[in-house]
Amino acid sequence: MIKIEVQNICLGYSRKEVLKDVTFQVMPGEMVGLIGPNGCGKSTIIRALTRIISPYRGRILLDGKDIASIPRQELARMLGVVPQMPLLPSAFTAFEVVLMGRNPHLSLFQYEGPKELDIAWQAMERTMTHHLARRRVGELSGGEIQCLLIARVLTQETKAILLDEPTANLDIGRQVEILNLIRNLCLENNLAVLAALHDLNLASQYCDQLVLIDNGRVHAQGTPSEVITPRNIKEVYGADGCVYTHPANGLPAVLVNPGNGRASNLRKVMERDEV
Amino acid sequence: MSSKSVLSGQTSPIHLARWRGRIYAIVGLSVLLVVVAALATAVGSVKIPLLTTCQVLVSKLPLLHITPVWPSGVETIILEIRLPRVILAGLVGAALGTAGATYQGLFRNPLADPYLIGVAQGASLGAVIGFLLPTTWHVLGAGVVPLFAFAGALVSTAIVYGLARVGKTLPVTTLILAGVALGALLGSIVSYLIISSGEKMHGIIFWLMGSFSLSQWADVKLVLPYVVVGIAVILLYARPLNVMQLDEEQAQQLGINVERLKLVLLIAATLITAAAVSFVGTIGFVGIIIPHAVRLIWGADYRFLLPLSVLSGAIFLILADLIARTAQAPSEIPIGVITAICGAPFFLYLLRRRKKVIF
Repeated sequence: MIKIEVQNICLGYSRKEVLKDVTFQVMPGEMVGLIGPNGCGKSTIIRALTRIISPYRGRILLDGKDIASIPRQELARMLGVVPQMPLLPSAFTAFEVVLMGRNPHLSLFQYEGPKELDIAWQAMERTMTHHLARRRVGELSGGEIQCLLIARVLTQETKAILLDEPTANLDIGRQVEILNLIRNLCLENNLAVLAALHDLNLASQYCDQLVLIDNGRVHAQGTPSEVITPRNIKEVYGADGCVYTHPANGLPAVLVNPGNGRASNLRKVMERDEV
Repeated sequence: MSSKSVLSGQTSPIHLARWRGRIYAIVGLSVLLVVVAALATAVGSVKIPLLTTCQVLVSKLPLLHITPVWPSGVETIILEIRLPRVILAGLVGAALGTAGATYQGLFRNPLADPYLIGVAQGASLGAVIGFLLPTTWHVLGAGVVPLFAFAGALVSTAIVYGLARVGKTLPVTTLILAGVALGALLGSIVSYLIISSGEKMHGIIFWLMGSFSLSQWADVKLVLPYVVVGIAVILLYARPLNVMQLDEEQAQQLGINVERLKLVLLIAATLITAAAVSFVGTIGFVGIIIPHAVRLIWGADYRFLLPLSVLSGAIFLILADLIARTAQAPSEIPIGVITAICGAPFFLYLLRRRKKVIF
């Protein structure tokens, strides 16, 4: 079991400051959602957690250890990532890509043995991607690739998983399928899961805790009901009057409120006003 | 966890089958390499029966004693003239095939070949300077031309590397651009030197197109350690190189020290290329065509692509050299011409036959 602790990190690309004093934590068996508008720093937090970029202030603890002091291969045994729409080598088969998840567990002089093949194959069965095993990844759809990446992260056998927009570009059925899968894995294996999510409704339904980021700062954090409030949504997204209560479970639900809506409707309003 | 235990024990037989096929390919190509090497030693201006050739070769193996029943001249032709040439061709082919596959993987670029980052132009400039020097001294049995070619290849790659470095990282695009730019600069200096080289022009141009006509055991002894060590290092890094095909960020997230991997593979691939070209000239086409042909037939997985490229490269260049010295005997055709004439149509055939994504 691993706990992720992000403590007061400040981070920037060259001169632009992207994260300012961000603090939150993810407990084992808990799914935490990172939400916020485009360009607020969600992906940067994911990249900082995997040491692609380092914060200039603050620290990130994994299992109580500062990630700056963990060798890369060991870090990859503790923390797995599902990147957002990554480049995949199109000539490799799906199985070969999933098997790459075993890399952190093998030394330079080791090749994948039957154990590695078994783990990768089971991960593919778990994510219902085993029928794709022999296909080249260049031929797969966005949803299939997303499942494949989850199979790869399962193959990595880490206790913490980061997901960058796992449901982007998926239809509503696939969104639910993928998030159900992630939630079940989180529960069964007591994983610490951090997911950057664009869709506030999905975040509200699936996450135990939410961290709302705005312009590199934590604007609010807590349970979905505490974070997705009309006031927070108005302040961060500038969208008015769109938070409702989900009829099935009472969690906050977000519906767009476009003022007068369609052009035909707006025309009627304008005609009425003229009269 | 319960769901996992239900599924355990079901390995994927399809992948084992596919891997088995590739392992058979490695064994098959190894056998083919030995056969081709024996054949190439038997064929030449003096015809020696294949059986005699094999007897002579086998008699030199330790623990085996065969009473010589052949004239000593035959033994000299086989062991002192043909065998070093065949072995050198095999080593150079293996080196260029492996280096090509490594560069393609490292740069994630199907157009990369061993000469992409200035090795060839550096070696050419070194060789041309070696030709133009009035000295003929030897070091370790190597003439001044190969020594200067080797030094030129390493120096030019080091310059490209230094130019392309940004802080602690080595962005691949900058590396390629610096390589192309320095290559163009060195190439134009080489052209100028050739034009002003007078009666040495023929020798220089022949060197630049590549030839094994001067091969001897001393060359083999100098090239062998570089090629064997370099290829061994590259083969060790086959699995990390696979992961590098994702992209650098994903490779890091899967536990790869990307900058160290790039440095190690770059040094290994550059050393084997430099060692290969410094004795026989800049033979084109092998480094780009062999890895792609292997990829088309056996797939893109570097754990198999690299050893298969070693073997295919060696076989291809031994055969190309065989053609180069026999097709127009007694005069020789530059081997670069043969590799292009044989390689390009074969490659185009493969490309047309399998219209699928290969890289």
